Amino acid sequence: MSPSLRRVLVVGHGMVAHRFVSSLLEHAQEGGRPVPAVTVLGAEDRPAYDRVRLSSWFDDRDPGGLHLDPYPEGAVEVVAPATVVAVDREAQTVTTADGAVRGYDTLVLATGSKPFVPPVEQHAAPGCFVYRTLDDVEAIAAYADGRKTGVVVGGGLLGLEAAKALTSLGLETTVVEFAPRLMPLQVDDGGAAALQARIAELGVTLHTGTRLDRVLVDDLGVARAVRAVRGEEVVTADADLVVFAAGVRPEDSLARAAGLDVGERGGIVVDELCRTSDERIYAIGECALAADGRVYGLVAPGYQMAEAAAAHIAAASDERAFTGADTSTKLKLLGVEVASFGDAFGTADGAMAATYSDSRRRVYRKLTIAPDGRLLGGILVGDADDYGTLRALVGEQPPAPAEQLLLPAGTAGAVAIGPAGLPDSAVLCSCHNVTKGAICTAIHGLAEKGTEEVTPKQVGLCTKAGTGCGSCVTSIKSLIKASGTGGSSGLCEHFSQTRSELYTIVRRDRITTFADLLARHGTAARDVSDGCDVCKPAVGSILASLGGLLAEAEGTGRKPHVLDGGQAALQDTNDHVLANLQRNGSYSVVPRIPGGEITPDKLIVIGEVARDFGLYTKITGGQRIDLFGAQMADLPKIWRRLVDAGFESGHAYGKALRTVKSCVGSTWCRYGVQDSVKMAIDLELRYRGLRAPHKIKMAVSGCARECAEAQSKDVGVIATERGWNLYVGGNGGARPRHADLLATDLDDSTLIRTVDRFLALYIAEADRLERTATWVERYEGGLDRLRGVLIDDAEDRGADLEALIAAHIEAYTDEWRAVLDDPVKLARFATFVNAPEAPDPTVAFVPERGQIKPLLTLGRR
Amino acid sequence: MWIAVCKYGELEPGRGVAALVDGAAVALFRLGDGSLHAVGNVDPFSGASVISRGITGMRADGTATVASPMYKDVFDLATGVALDAPDVRLPVYAVRRHRGVVWVSPDVTSGPAPDAELLTAATSAA
Repeated sequence: MSPSLRRVLVVGHGMVAHRFVSSLLEHAQEGGRPVPAVTVLGAEDRPAYDRVRLSSWFDDRDPGGLHLDPYPEGAVEVVAPATVVAVDREAQTVTTADGAVRGYDTLVLATGSKPFVPPVEQHAAPGCFVYRTLDDVEAIAAYADGRKTGVVVGGGLLGLEAAKALTSLGLETTVVEFAPRLMPLQVDDGGAAALQARIAELGVTLHTGTRLDRVLVDDLGVARAVRAVRGEEVVTADADLVVFAAGVRPEDSLARAAGLDVGERGGIVVDELCRTSDERIYAIGECALAADGRVYGLVAPGYQMAEAAAAHIAAASDERAFTGADTSTKLKLLGVEVASFGDAFGTADGAMAATYSDSRRRVYRKLTIAPDGRLLGGILVGDADDYGTLRALVGEQPPAPAEQLLLPAGTAGAVAIGPAGLPDSAVLCSCHNVTKGAICTAIHGLAEKGTEEVTPKQVGLCTKAGTGCGSCVTSIKSLIKASGTGGSSGLCEHFSQTRSELYTIVRRDRITTFADLLARHGTAARDVSDGCDVCKPAVGSILASLGGLLAEAEGTGRKPHVLDGGQAALQDTNDHVLANLQRNGSYSVVPRIPGGEITPDKLIVIGEVARDFGLYTKITGGQRIDLFGAQMADLPKIWRRLVDAGFESGHAYGKALRTVKSCVGSTWCRYGVQDSVKMAIDLELRYRGLRAPHKIKMAVSGCARECAEAQSKDVGVIATERGWNLYVGGNGGARPRHADLLATDLDDSTLIRTVDRFLALYIAEADRLERTATWVERYEGGLDRLRGVLIDDAEDRGADLEALIAAHIEAYTDEWRAVLDDPVKLARFATFVNAPEAPDPTVAFVPERGQIKPLLTLGRR
Repeated sequence: MWIAVCKYGELEPGRGVAALVDGAAVALFRLGDGSLHAVGNVDPFSGASVISRGITGMRADGTATVASPMYKDVFDLATGVALDAPDVRLPVYAVRRHRGVVWVSPDVTSGPAPDAELLTAATSAA
């Protein structure tokens, strides 16, 4: 027996300690080695339990359900509760709180971590809890009885678990998170938005970007509310009960006192075999600062450390050395699936991202990809069924393009790669580091042994796969199902390229029809002759953006109309008829009013048109007038009246420039320093009708008071004494973003040239339906590179970018007028092909406040 | 009963039209491969009569689809079934092309597709 193995003493009895002890016993058994004398000192008065599933205690309140497998009879001495108060390294002993002293040959510290409680006033008042142990949850449940409100401090993984617990206790629950989004470590803004929307639906109040200031107590000193601060704003929330779940810190105090090396920010320093600075002492799990310089707060890396230490202690093997782990996670929080794996934020050099977001279904999916096409990682919110497969593909070339992997199952174009499509080397179970190959071998082995029905549990007994966090069980199931039948078809349809790649292809090859692009660059089988509602509008938009350039190349000088021939069938909802579809199937019409400047005569025309066609009128946020309730068949008649009076389409329906909002500027305003109205009109007329991946909003303010709110726009211009400051990437809406200052004190022509380049670059490179805000945020090389490209022409793209805008301006025509001039297009506005003038019987209105509103007869979403 | 609705040549591939068939609004599509499909024009998710203004498509398995312009729900043109909500479906109408004219039958077929004879008739009649 190696001397190190004679007496092994383990401090702490959480999941990692349990894994270590189990593994140590297995090593002894496998190698026919002598069984060590193992003693475990646990601080809690319980057997080891599954802390990851702590919240499930609330389901049946039976702690027994969480207990981990007991050790073989007589193999291990477990002493609990036993709190170790000192380690004497020279004497090789530890002392417990009751004064008992125990000797060791090898000491393993698995002390875990302690909850971080922000040092705010009254943080220890009665009613304040942490969320880590079974004792904690039992205390929370007992205290919550008869109380009404609860606040969870912390919107990370643990915080949301706690929030779930409080809602299940019937408390009105509020979450306060310091970071600007929930789960800041696992998901990005897009993922958090989907998550937050879902959680808000469940009745949990969320305050992100909010710092807890203090716990407010009543006369008796009992917690009653919390006070928090968001920016300048003070937020208070009633809280009969406060749960701190704002992160954890390594529990390294014992090691510190014993003089072991600890990290600057905590954690017991260990090497790849989990040895501390004293070779007789190991540290594993959350208390350790691993050799890669990280403290891991997840169980899977903790297990790997346990295996590393056990292999080294039992067999002097360094085969399981712990060199680092990825922090992939998949959980269900408040009923919402959230998964994050690999390089989820795309921090690697040159990483690119593809995202899918459906705010209606609260689904967000993102994959990050290396320049050579290898999958780096991803974030899945709301639909994470294929987490196991995607995580296992990290580092590999995926068998289908990322765009298709992103689409949720059931979406047109989605490709389901089951685990069958994975290479054998792919690690499916990261808790136990089990490859797909090993799992398949086990399945075949079981089948050969005559097992009638192979189950994941049997596979788990053979390989340990699926017995950790359980997230790979789905994958194991489908491997069992597929065993003997081979892999998935790998067939995919439509396009394997990104929107940006398609843009490049269309521009390079001068492709003018969707059918041509599908035939030459699509991935579809030959008999799949059509795209879908995702790729068709996207390609329609690209063809429209490039229309001017293509017309120029053809020498026709005439830009194709979005409702021309083959393009007409590509246009989505609004572009389909050049008006905005409303909920009852009627449309709204918005004529262009550049800069919001309009003569009384033109105002009167709008009024007359609205009156004569019975339209509801409303002033829009973009300084124009929207006319609602038009039947499709009436659209050309309404346009005729407007066009004759000198109006044109305002493109309120398009993924295109909407309006350029402006303040009144130096002409009238006492403070204005430039003519913001003129600049707004110039910009609006320059970019009108320019199709883009998403809508574009602009604004021009005549002075720093910023009355036009330019910093919330895709392109914002603010006058200075010496010219114009240019901001890009702003957004209002559900997720407001302040625009970034790109350049200062530009003269008129430099400003316009820079905006030309910005828009052309956005059109060339953004994803489908990606606003400038997210595009700018993820722009590779950041704002500095963007400045280089747009202002200094650092990458020699300026002329190319400007050419797109120049060709667009050259070929611009009013889309409404073009319809009025073309009988073929006009015929499409018939209500019914066999009864063109018959009104649509489903479109009806009732009066409200002197105007009309839709009469809705059927249930709505 | 078959009702003549329009000339086949008036239909643009991939772009639908609405037709009034015995008082019912029907969405009529001619797809890129020349096939004809007719389903109810009222989107069951919104109650608006807009299906004919949706975008047609084809899945990898050859399923022809239309996406409602209202909330983008996708329907199987052959069965009328909403792909993401199989209990919701559009009525499916028999449609055929004869001597350059498109005919629709107001009798809603309850089966998965217009019968084979009709499909043959629709594709063989030039």
